[in-house]
Amino acid sequence: MSHMSYREALRRSLQEALRQDPRVFLMGEDVGRYGGTYAVSKGLLEEFGPERIRDTPLSELGFVGAGIGAALGGMRPIVEVMTVNFSLLALDQIVNTAALYRHMSGGQFSVPLVIRMATGAGRQVAAQHSHSFEGWYAHIPGIKILAPGTIEDARCMLAPALRDPDPVLLFEHTVLYNMEGEVPDECRVDISSARVRREGSDVTIITYGGSLPKALEAAETLAAEGIRAEVLDLRVLRPLDDATIMASVRKCRRAVVVDEGWRSGSLAAEVMARIVEQAFYDLDAPLARVCSEEVPIPYARHLEEAALPQPEKIVAAVRTMLGA
Amino acid sequence: MRQSKGIAHHAPPPPTGPVPYDQEFSQVLLRDMLRIRRLEEKSAELYGAAKIRGFLHLYIGEEAVATGALHALTPEDNIVATYREHGHALLRGVPMGRIMAEMYGKKEGCARGRGGSMHLFDADARLFGGNAIVAGGLPVAVGLALADSMRGTGRVTACFFGDGAVAEGAFHESVNLAALWQLPVLFCCENNLYAMGTALECYESQPDLTAKAASYGVKALAVDGMDVVAVHEAVKAARTRIAAGQGPIFLEFKTYRFRAHSMFDAELYRHRDEVEEWKTRGPIHTFSARLKAEGKLDEAQFLALDREAEQEVEQAVEFAEAGEWEPVGDLLKDVYTPGGPA
Repeated sequence: MSHMSYREALRRSLQEALRQDPRVFLMGEDVGRYGGTYAVSKGLLEEFGPERIRDTPLSELGFVGAGIGAALGGMRPIVEVMTVNFSLLALDQIVNTAALYRHMSGGQFSVPLVIRMATGAGRQVAAQHSHSFEGWYAHIPGIKILAPGTIEDARCMLAPALRDPDPVLLFEHTVLYNMEGEVPDECRVDISSARVRREGSDVTIITYGGSLPKALEAAETLAAEGIRAEVLDLRVLRPLDDATIMASVRKCRRAVVVDEGWRSGSLAAEVMARIVEQAFYDLDAPLARVCSEEVPIPYARHLEEAALPQPEKIVAAVRTMLGA
Repeated sequence: MRQSKGIAHHAPPPPTGPVPYDQEFSQVLLRDMLRIRRLEEKSAELYGAAKIRGFLHLYIGEEAVATGALHALTPEDNIVATYREHGHALLRGVPMGRIMAEMYGKKEGCARGRGGSMHLFDADARLFGGNAIVAGGLPVAVGLALADSMRGTGRVTACFFGDGAVAEGAFHESVNLAALWQLPVLFCCENNLYAMGTALECYESQPDLTAKAASYGVKALAVDGMDVVAVHEAVKAARTRIAAGQGPIFLEFKTYRFRAHSMFDAELYRHRDEVEEWKTRGPIHTFSARLKAEGKLDEAQFLALDREAEQEVEQAVEFAEAGEWEPVGDLLKDVYTPGGPA
């Protein structure tokens, strides 16, 4: 086991990929000379040079599309979009090209591209820098969506994402970059399954990414009250691992979904719909969810906190559900 | 602003000067323009008969561009095209039958019926679509060229797009990237003077499109897109330069679409006299006339080439008619690649 931060874990995964496969290169805004906006790629320019740690202009549509083309041309590009907020400028290439090429070409062209981006709120950077659009992207067939919420996943998800022949979007929540913890020396993770992060029997708290530590904190609080909450980390938002979700829900017979996306049309809504479709008669109580309030994320600290899912809100939702 | 009546865009004078090719190659160019023309005339007819559905965009009038250009590229080069790409696919070597079957929506089509007229793909021909988002192919072309540059393959990527694409941000981002990284991309702008129904001078503050590319430090030239010789010579020279590592080039082919934008276009935005004037500059008959004047073609040979093209079209239709519908059970196939990591 090694001790490291989420940021360091991501950096190690990039370094490993760049060392192992000459086809891999990293491209994005400020990934090289600046060292990465969130310092994830710090030091990589020195080791791998400007060809493979490639600074780009502020042209999200252009360089994401170039990543698609380079993938079609035999490379294994990792494109860093500084944040999910700016990925909207590249949405056309992600949705209309990367996601569609294989199917639209009758199976002739796969796009083995990895796009990394920071996501989420909680750092008082206001409405235009606080989006959580993982759920939007998870709507789209043809791409896969990963949301590492642990240091191990930050360290280990990139390698299978690069082995995947199709486009993979990897969302790194900004509040997790400084989180520290233990990582096994050998990576043994998949990019297809959800994972139980805390065992329980009274209620399943289903979440992912930046909300995972909040859900674990809530479970700890509930444990002191004698409520045994299971915490399920979705990890992979597309395709969703229905089997693991239903197994946990059937065991606990109650579920709360925690999602930093806005409530309406959220990934939480999709998860709840699937539970209703597949496990309705195993439920002892109506499902509940804790999402972001339907408001642009405000700058002021107290308002931002009020807008986002918080451990207290999760605890309250569970107590209400259990009539505790 | 442009007047609603009258000719807004006059056709250039007809090409002059000798055709610098031998009889055989001259007739190849003519034959290929005829193949595209007859394929598309038949496609329009089959659209009327409801054999082909969805969107169908015809290239009729613009054949000199694809013909001159594709004959100047190598089979190893990459082609990225638009939704008006029947000709590009055909001259890239995609069998006409597979193009027709694709338009029919049959399994034998070059995209198994998943793409239709706008999304012709062929991995063997290195034809990367058939892209129907205007300017959507440009960033992909830049990336293909980036891969070739990093891998040292010596390939050139030719990216075709219309004049309308030049107004898109993707154009500017792509040309900048290609110039910044000195990538082997040939930007081929097929300027037919209208972005669907809006005339160039109604949507561009700078209607000289070469000026836009030149502002990124890219060598940019305007070419008579109605003259297969001018197109071929320009692309041949550009390819040589690009392959020598001298960076991307932008070629603006001034051309004209004789037919409507798609099958749903009443053509309210241009005067009939303008279309008729440009038709007098049609790339097939002006080139035929030049060849005849030089003794490289006679009427019997022209008719024979035309008959061959017609026969190829008939066979393509037969192939498409005989094709099968993909079973609905296979609907979800090819959303993801089989065999990815678990």
